[in-house]
Amino acid sequence: MTEPAARLTAEVNRVHLSRKDYEGSESTLCRGCGHDAITASIITACYEASIDPRRVIKLSGIGCSAKTTNYFMNQSFGFNGIHGRMAAMATGAGMANHTLIPIGVSGDGDTASIGLGNFSHMIRRNLRMCYLVENNGVYGLTKGQFSATADRGTRLRKGAANALEAVDIPSLAILMGATFVARSFSGDRKQLAPLIEAALNHKGTAVLDVLSPCVTFNDHEGSTKSLKNIRANRDALHEIDFIPDYEEVRANYKEGEEIRVRMHEAGMVTLHKLKDHDPRHRSHAMHLLEEARAAGKFLTGLIYIDEDAPDFAEIQELTETPLSQLGQEELRPSPEALERLNASLML
Amino acid sequence: MSGEPVNDINICIATENGSGSASSNTILFKSIFKMGLPCSGKNLFPSNIQGLPTWYQIRVSGQGYLARKDVIDVMVIFNERTAAKDVEQVRPGGLVLYDDSTPLPPSRRRDGLTYVGVPAWNLVRERIKVTQLRAKQRNMIYVGALAQLFGIPLEILREVLADTFGNKPVVIESNLLCIELGFRHMEESGSRQELCRLEPVPGGNKTRIMAEGNTAAALGAIFGGATVVTWYPITPSSSLVEEMIAQIPQYRTDPAGKKRYAIIQAEDELASAAMMIGAGFCGARAMTSTSGPGLSLMQESVGLAYFVEVPCVFFIVQRGGPSTGLPTRTQQADITMMHQGSHGDTRHLVLIPHDNASAFEMAWRAFDYAERFQTPVFVMMDLDLGMNLNISEPFAYPGQPFDRGKLLTVEALEAQGGRFRRYLDVDGDGIPQRTVPGLEHPGAAYFARGSGHDVDASYSEDNRVYKELLDRLRRKYETARDLMPQPILRNGAGGNAGVISFGSSFQPTCEALDRLAAAGKPMDHLMLRALPVNGEVRDFLAGHERVHLVEQNRDAQMTQILRDEFPEFAARIHPVLIYDGLPATAGEIVQLIEGGER
Repeated sequence: MTEPAARLTAEVNRVHLSRKDYEGSESTLCRGCGHDAITASIITACYEASIDPRRVIKLSGIGCSAKTTNYFMNQSFGFNGIHGRMAAMATGAGMANHTLIPIGVSGDGDTASIGLGNFSHMIRRNLRMCYLVENNGVYGLTKGQFSATADRGTRLRKGAANALEAVDIPSLAILMGATFVARSFSGDRKQLAPLIEAALNHKGTAVLDVLSPCVTFNDHEGSTKSLKNIRANRDALHEIDFIPDYEEVRANYKEGEEIRVRMHEAGMVTLHKLKDHDPRHRSHAMHLLEEARAAGKFLTGLIYIDEDAPDFAEIQELTETPLSQLGQEELRPSPEALERLNASLML
Repeated sequence: MSGEPVNDINICIATENGSGSASSNTILFKSIFKMGLPCSGKNLFPSNIQGLPTWYQIRVSGQGYLARKDVIDVMVIFNERTAAKDVEQVRPGGLVLYDDSTPLPPSRRRDGLTYVGVPAWNLVRERIKVTQLRAKQRNMIYVGALAQLFGIPLEILREVLADTFGNKPVVIESNLLCIELGFRHMEESGSRQELCRLEPVPGGNKTRIMAEGNTAAALGAIFGGATVVTWYPITPSSSLVEEMIAQIPQYRTDPAGKKRYAIIQAEDELASAAMMIGAGFCGARAMTSTSGPGLSLMQESVGLAYFVEVPCVFFIVQRGGPSTGLPTRTQQADITMMHQGSHGDTRHLVLIPHDNASAFEMAWRAFDYAERFQTPVFVMMDLDLGMNLNISEPFAYPGQPFDRGKLLTVEALEAQGGRFRRYLDVDGDGIPQRTVPGLEHPGAAYFARGSGHDVDASYSEDNRVYKELLDRLRRKYETARDLMPQPILRNGAGGNAGVISFGSSFQPTCEALDRLAAAGKPMDHLMLRALPVNGEVRDFLAGHERVHLVEQNRDAQMTQILRDEFPEFAARIHPVLIYDGLPATAGEIVQLIEGGER
């Protein structure tokens, strides 16, 4: 892996905020919860990418994951809504103000069970947002039932085995037409933080499936989503780095060993290959995911990316000013227009 | 009642849907409108695209009665499958127009009816070129035949055709030929009728407009500043958003050709409601449109918007329920679901238009109410109002600028020290201050949640905090009471009995009251226009010993609301319930009121 380029080591970042400005309320999750580690990575990513918190809207549904949007970026608006509808809420928010940076945090129940339909259709629309799934394969807040991402054969703490095939979020996302699909692990901040930075700068829906062990209900022997099993079976595609625009990119680009992808908003992702995969190759991405699944491995890294697809605001041909900031002058037709309209309805 | 020889007739046209009869009926109806006559068209159609029976009733009333009429004077039997039954519906002395290309089976004959034949199939086969259009043009023959029988000038039909199919001269010519064939045939055969003659009233409809209620609401929403519109197709509300899609580009395209609106066809109603809430939270004037089944799916979101206090507007075009019910018939049976939607204690604001002009007005006002009270607002429509071509006064231009309520600007935030408390009842009216994402001020942000929260929007399970929140939301509802559209009092007959109506029951109720007055039983009439109701309703109940409440549902849903609001007068309210899926008629109302008076 390359040396991280000289980051801003001063107290503040490019928008004159300290790391502390990106923090939120104190977490009330179980001690050691993977979700808290993900929160820390979100804070790191937003701080390092110099994201302006006033432009961020945090969105979540219901579940342990949904609580976490309160644990970062107190200067941002947040909306903790209802179970499974976060993707749809984000779609409306994105239409009302397409200049916002939506960060959605969901769980495996919220995304892959009750919200599967809305999640899939958000992807089809390529709504601009950073959508994280804190995936632990289990319902935590209701005390430990299987979720739809629980692998076949994995066991509950009391021994019951899961008979159903898991919903594989990255595979589903690619199938639905996602333009940014990644998987990571809560404990791997070195991989997760740059992925989040890239996702924040992606034009379209960025889906990050983050394995996040539930230390209370799903961390026992026999569970495929235990900390131990994830650590033993994660399989990284590459080492990843996010290079902001203001940093110099190394000149010695090694053809064949490294892939660089310029992000739409700002910055560049560099991928130092560990496997032979170009994440701009959709069918190969599907193939690798299928192979990994069959082998009981968790493929991690940037699995698929397409920086050229239009996002939903473009597809909708939205005017430049956010719809929420248009006033009566732009929105209410004139009295003359109404006169013409009435006349057209007379005979 | 039907003895009037001039401008008083009810014509029912029985056809097969998908056979082109919708166009024929519209041409006929618009022509009568153009003659200056008060008229209404009621489409009684199946939940189907092609091949099932459908009926269209056109009523002409010189007295201005626009409700569906109780009795059928003329039946056009152009659907073999229902003809025997259709003939049974005609009043004694009425007329049957049929296609005599083949002889009429004896089963269709009834004593006391006049039968007039027109060889529609034969005329079309002989005289119209074989094109894709031809199969659908048989129905234009009855337009011509009726025109000749009742006195609709060909010239007017020609103008309406040109107006309707302006850019398709081939269609105009071909349809006109069929109409003329029917017309000339009746002239030549010497058929006559003495039921009614239609006489033009010059300038009669000069200032009136004709539109479907869904169109009126769609246009009102555009004038109300709706920018984010979410929906999922469902009868009978689809045409509301479809009309917006058709109309909004001319008003909301910026100089660069970009859109000052977003219309999103969602994957389901769960999504369309949640999208609307996301947009409303971010400060857009957001709306959705649906019918009963869609509103059932949206219930969780209704509660979310209420509890988080997100402005948003639901247009609900009611149909027959429960479940799939009767998708193409009318009812007012979702009142409770609008007024008390979602689990938990809720009370919602409901606007109730009764005609096109009021649908337009309530549609734009709904966005002001939603922002003023930071809450979901329901515009209660139904299929009768929404999907029929209705005539009304023209739309009136909004008489007030956008009301954004207590939405804070950066300057306003600065003026109060750069801080605000999202759910604090600053003015004692239950309405807190509000900011929206994108407001670039360090003190603007807050964390909204559908779970228990305190005045600063922080999570709270504190029993006192929770109760205070529920009480404040109720206080807000009480504030709305006197600010919602007031009911309208009509007649002033001053008797002991009164009648309350709302929504599309307006027309049949007015007609029923005229009949009752003519029979020596005058009654006052109060028309509700919104929920919650206010003191005027109390006064009406206090001033009448017996109040008949006309509603188109089985369970007396509005009666329950008023009895709950005014328990001291609960026994005075007598529901008049019509719920067979057809628009209420004056006759039904009179009968039920008289039954109750006995």
